Amino acid sequence: MSDMYSKEVMDHFMNPRNVGEIKDASGVGEKGNPTCGDIMKMYIKVGKKDGKEIIEDIKFQTFGCGAAVATSSMITEMVKGKTLDEAEKITNEQVAKALGGLPPIKMHCSNLAANALHDAIENYRKK
Amino acid sequence: MIYLDNAATTPVSGSVLDAMKPYFSEKYGNPSSIYKVGQEARSALEHAREEAAKLLGASPKEIIFTSGATESNNLALKGVAFYWSQVLDVKPHIIVSSIEHHSVLDVAEYLEKNFGFEITKLPVSEEGIVDPKELEKSIRENTALVSIMYGNNEIGSIQPIGELSQIVRKANEGRENKITFHTDAVQAFQYLDTNVNDLDVGMLSLTGHKFYGPKGVGLLYVRDGVKFLPQTQGGSQERKRRAGTENVPYIVGMVEAMKNANKSGKEISVLRDYLVESITKEIPDVVLTGPKDNTKRLPHIAGFIFKKIEGESILINLDLLGIAASSGSACTSGSLASSHVLTAMGYDDLLAHGSIRFSLGKMNSRDDVDELMKHLPQIVEKLRGMSPIK
Repeated sequence: MSDMYSKEVMDHFMNPRNVGEIKDASGVGEKGNPTCGDIMKMYIKVGKKDGKEIIEDIKFQTFGCGAAVATSSMITEMVKGKTLDEAEKITNEQVAKALGGLPPIKMHCSNLAANALHDAIENYRKK
Repeated sequence: MIYLDNAATTPVSGSVLDAMKPYFSEKYGNPSSIYKVGQEARSALEHAREEAAKLLGASPKEIIFTSGATESNNLALKGVAFYWSQVLDVKPHIIVSSIEHHSVLDVAEYLEKNFGFEITKLPVSEEGIVDPKELEKSIRENTALVSIMYGNNEIGSIQPIGELSQIVRKANEGRENKITFHTDAVQAFQYLDTNVNDLDVGMLSLTGHKFYGPKGVGLLYVRDGVKFLPQTQGGSQERKRRAGTENVPYIVGMVEAMKNANKSGKEISVLRDYLVESITKEIPDVVLTGPKDNTKRLPHIAGFIFKKIEGESILINLDLLGIAASSGSACTSGSLASSHVLTAMGYDDLLAHGSIRFSLGKMNSRDDVDELMKHLPQIVEKLRGMSPIK
């Protein structure tokens, strides 16, 4: 079963980066669908660098399959230290690509990390 | 490897393999050929048919060999339904349970969608058992077939086939076109009584690979007098009910495996109870799915819901440790919906996605359970630590 995933997916699934929650998060996002069996929650801490808003810290919690966990973990690595504008441009496809691809059946359902992140940024901006 | 997925398939046993071997390159004839090597194959085939019939309490001509239970189930449902629609000119009504295997459920849905046939899916209790009263209520004038599995593959619940078939028998009194009762006995065969007269069924499906026989071979028992339209044309094999050269080595293998099935689930149920006790004692927030009463549960199957986490993520962790189990959840089955069995029992989607099925076989021992329990609690704890669900 672990064979259906790339080495990168397995690495992020077995050793997920940035798991947990940020108690005083600047923004919290959640995406998913219980029917599909994937729920992702993203916490971001926004700071300032050279006058721009950046993601100083990011953590995630995920209920889901291997792909759901790996995409969540991967995106936290991709956007940590990036400006909000840069983070907003990241797509689910880029996350999947960074993981060396996902099995086709997982592309739609479990590849939601970018949506959860964008939701967290929106949540921060609305505050 | 620790193999805890015996409801998915089992290894071919030594005696089965030995029984099959002569029919590949030695007695390789086509059973329809008249010369010696053909007749050797014919004789093996018919001998196997007699043995299979004897084990089911049937007569040899009531046995149709197929490529497996999926084909048997397709033949049963489509064969009877099309006989009603094409020969009797009556739009058939088919009753199935809502927890059937997809090879019954999907066929029923296909017939409904493409041919407008009427389908009733019977509800099940929270323990996964069909209420005979529900069947009684559902029977219509145009009911052609009732198909209810003997033992469920996901949760192991045993359906009261004897009781259900009596309802059909009663409904058939005075009927011109009788209702056929079909049961998918794939998971139940090796542990429960599958005498077709005791069960009082008109059709019964089996497949070889669930009881140490080969994959790709099965049978459909069809009681003498039950009318159906064959679904494969192109030869007079199986009394013109299933065209195609008979798979002699595999049929011989399956019947050898049928003979070896000891029908006693005692030993394996002791091991299952040990597994259930270990998991429910050592891991918090776990639900054992299916019947609470062990006599209503197949001896080899135990399904669990691990709350707040998802099944596939548990299975990958186990797989990396060389432990094989399966889940009824979306990710592994290749579809996105959660288990239709668990949702029919009333579990919500999130819980249904946290399901794992362990199914035991004759190779398993207490050591396997102990090895599983060395890892499972930590895996569950780690995944719960990552979960957003409180």
